[in-house]
Amino acid sequence: MTLRAEQVTWSRNGVLVVDGASLHPEPGQTVGLLGPNGSGKSSLLRVLHGLVRPTSGFVTLDGVDLASVGRRHVARSVASVTQHADTEVDITVRDIVRLGRIPHRTALGGGASTDEDAVDRALAHVGLLDQAARLWHTLSGGERQRAQIARALAQEPRELLLDEPTNHLDIRHQLELLELVCALPVTTVIAIHDLNLAAMYCDIVVVLQEGRVVAAGAPSDVLTAELISEVYGVAATIARDAQRGHPVITFSRRD
Amino acid sequence: MLAGLLLLLVSVGVAITLGPADILLVNVRDIVTNHLGLTDIAVKMSKNAIVWEERLPRAFVAAACGAGLGLCGVIMQSLLRNPLADPFILGVSSGASTGAVVIGVLGLGGAAIGLSGGAFIGALIAFGLVLLLARLSGGGTDRVVLAGVASTQLFSAVTSLIIFAFADSDETRGVMFWLLGSLEGMRWDDVVLCAIVVVIGSFVCLRYAHALDAFAFGDDVAASLGIHVTRTRAVLLVATALITATLVSVAGAVGFVGLVLPHAARLLVGPRHARLVPATAIIGAIFMVWVDAGSRVAFSPTPLPVGVGTALVGVPVFIALLARRRRRT
Repeated sequence: MTLRAEQVTWSRNGVLVVDGASLHPEPGQTVGLLGPNGSGKSSLLRVLHGLVRPTSGFVTLDGVDLASVGRRHVARSVASVTQHADTEVDITVRDIVRLGRIPHRTALGGGASTDEDAVDRALAHVGLLDQAARLWHTLSGGERQRAQIARALAQEPRELLLDEPTNHLDIRHQLELLELVCALPVTTVIAIHDLNLAAMYCDIVVVLQEGRVVAAGAPSDVLTAELISEVYGVAATIARDAQRGHPVITFSRRD
Repeated sequence: MLAGLLLLLVSVGVAITLGPADILLVNVRDIVTNHLGLTDIAVKMSKNAIVWEERLPRAFVAAACGAGLGLCGVIMQSLLRNPLADPFILGVSSGASTGAVVIGVLGLGGAAIGLSGGAFIGALIAFGLVLLLARLSGGGTDRVVLAGVASTQLFSAVTSLIIFAFADSDETRGVMFWLLGSLEGMRWDDVVLCAIVVVIGSFVCLRYAHALDAFAFGDDVAASLGIHVTRTRAVLLVATALITATLVSVAGAVGFVGLVLPHAARLLVGPRHARLVPATAIIGAIFMVWVDAGSRVAFSPTPLPVGVGTALVGVPVFIALLARRRRRT
């Protein structure tokens, strides 16, 4: 079982942001959430994580309505990395990653060595083990993103929700990050702008438009020139990757 | 931690010997053990009175104020995600002053409430107002400080208005002294009240130490780490309001302790609250005992209000913090 959304609707100040979206990832899958700016990707992720309650429909974790599962219990299974996380605290990378152990802790201390092991593993995953003593405000955008992902990994979740995790990264770090995510034994839902990266790494892509799911399925089935034109309003041609067969999308200039 | 507590005890002991009367550390020890019923050593009545009735309760209230206001600073800086948050900056102390003046000068509510009761109510009202203003203006971390500035100005204006329009010179003197923060005339029941509030406050803070850590990256990250954001925030802000209101009602508007001490403690033990909370409480207590002793002796026999001492130390540190923030952005 896993995290599922059933006909979820969510409105903010009376405006419908997510409109009847359903999501049924299989365990271990990497699911890409696609769609233009403002199509409801981030909001759907927030609903999925239980940060906001859906206006109608429901989200289930292992078949149980998320609203009736304790926050701590959710945090032991589901981790997320949001956009624009920032702090004024002079906090080291290691201390940030340690935050991920909070849901596994009892009120005072407890499990210190397992915690530190998990922190080390998470740091190693994102390649920040030798940067662990650096302070947050000295990190580059990419390093900050990786520190937050390490924090989420330290939670040892089964489900990982990432909101545009490749945003501040150069191309090498983008590829490394997505390879890391695909290799993890977790179900991952990624809101992502880059259609080619989605085509390369996602098992399933779900395309949102104005809060509604307009297409879902394997990238090679979903990412067609017609759909891209309809959803994004741009002209694209689709080729196939010679080795792996996933779609490769090229966009055309308008003039 | 243990070393800190020991240092605090020594500080209290030494601070008590400072001042016009000729009192030695041995005298302090004898007097304390006498009162605890452990010994029966002959000590001059005058010394006994000065130590047991004046300086000891005063030092303990100072320690409690330092610890308690430091804790309030820790909580507010974490929850409001603003390193400049403290009860004084956010106008809570001004609210307490207004409350005290309304009762003390206008005589509203009469003797039943008293100056302290008025301060307590004023502090709670001011706290609520600041949080409301901050929420109305969008709830950003800088907005909270702006809301605090606005409410500080409002309450100072109301306080001045009442004093200007209604107070006679005696009342003015009494209120002014209190406005500047004063530990004159502390009694043992003040000590007990402050100690209870600060000890309970410390335990609440320690209980929520992980939650306070989790707020570093905002509400969403805290929630994703399994924290009940709304409940935790409510519990901790109410605790802060009660601690501040109690301490301000006893000792007056002692500023900048809550702002500065958490930063000093962070430099020593880092940002994790499991260590930061006890460190701030102990450093705060030691700091206040010394500032109080200093203000008592500096212009002897005229005592300097302790709030003047904390502000003289606090403002330069505040400016240094602002400058540091600017360098970083």
